[in-house]
Amino acid sequence: MKFLRQFGVILLISFIGELLYALLPFPIPASIYGIIILFLCLEFRIISLDSVKETSDFLIEIMPVMFIPAAAGLMDSWQNMKPALIPYAVITVVTTCVVMAVSGRVVQFGMRRKDRHE
Amino acid sequence: MSEFFETSVFFGVFLSLFSYGIGLLLKKKWKLDLCNPLLIAVIIVILVLSVLKIDCRVYQQGAKYISFLLTPATICLAVPLYEQIELLKKNYIAVLLGIFSGVLSSLASIFILAVLFELDHASYVTLLPKSITTAIGMGVSEELGGYVSVTVAVIIVTGVIGNMFAETICRVFKIQDSIAKGIAIGTSSHAIGTAKAMELGEVEGAMSSLSIVVSGILTVLGAGLFANFM
Repeated sequence: MKFLRQFGVILLISFIGELLYALLPFPIPASIYGIIILFLCLEFRIISLDSVKETSDFLIEIMPVMFIPAAAGLMDSWQNMKPALIPYAVITVVTTCVVMAVSGRVVQFGMRRKDRHE
Repeated sequence: MSEFFETSVFFGVFLSLFSYGIGLLLKKKWKLDLCNPLLIAVIIVILVLSVLKIDCRVYQQGAKYISFLLTPATICLAVPLYEQIELLKKNYIAVLLGIFSGVLSSLASIFILAVLFELDHASYVTLLPKSITTAIGMGVSEELGGYVSVTVAVIIVTGVIGNMFAETICRVFKIQDSIAKGIAIGTSSHAIGTAKAMELGEVEGAMSSLSIVVSGILTVLGAGLFANFM
């Protein structure tokens, strides 16, 4: 019963996320509203960690599998990318590396500076 | 035979899980970045569908039940975030600065490269939301007049690249701290990258989850601004 109850809580929050997406005028999807709602519920002790923990660990663990259908769908959108394939590919690879390097270095720099001040 | 596949609900689900299983086995055997379980699974699925001449829509009919779990699973990312909140509170300035500079460098580097490649406006705005989670990215692309299906493709490829090369990139740029690694992965490669961050550790996973939310919202605001530049 524990897993069923936990999954129920998670689905309820997913549903509230969908509801907010339908009602509010922002381009923010249900999943993002959901993360914020679940976080606030945990932080303000509205729901306990025990009421979601195991199911949530399981769902996060199998998350990579959930991207397979969308990625296999690239088969069909391939045609649309063809005209500008090389620019798209170069920009995608280069910017992904740039963003990772910049954001990681900035966080590390900020943390080390703060440690020195303390 | 193809009629049978068209009515089968479990074919798509099984093919996905089976391919991912092979991906995990290969990863265990060779331990190479290129042996990424997700990448291998996608290649196997595409190969099987092409060889058996099964339409991608037929596969999606079953596979959509896996995608169905994506929103609940993404919401669950709040749990590791909650568990690491003390660490976040202690370092929130560095963390927020990191995500902000990541989003800015994403938009700026796309702009510079788009100018170099002489892309038109529609292709340029198609790429702007490439580092954020698909659902937000699609909305941004649509609103700015981009090609939504291409945006989805670019977002997924970005995620897979981040998932594959996160460890290597962090090593090359000497990003050693767990918090910095998590922010770097989440800001650059959204939920697909976060799946890798979760494997690296709880702190990495939590910080990566936070980055999805913050960088997603910042990109909505920033992409609207950058769209005017070209």
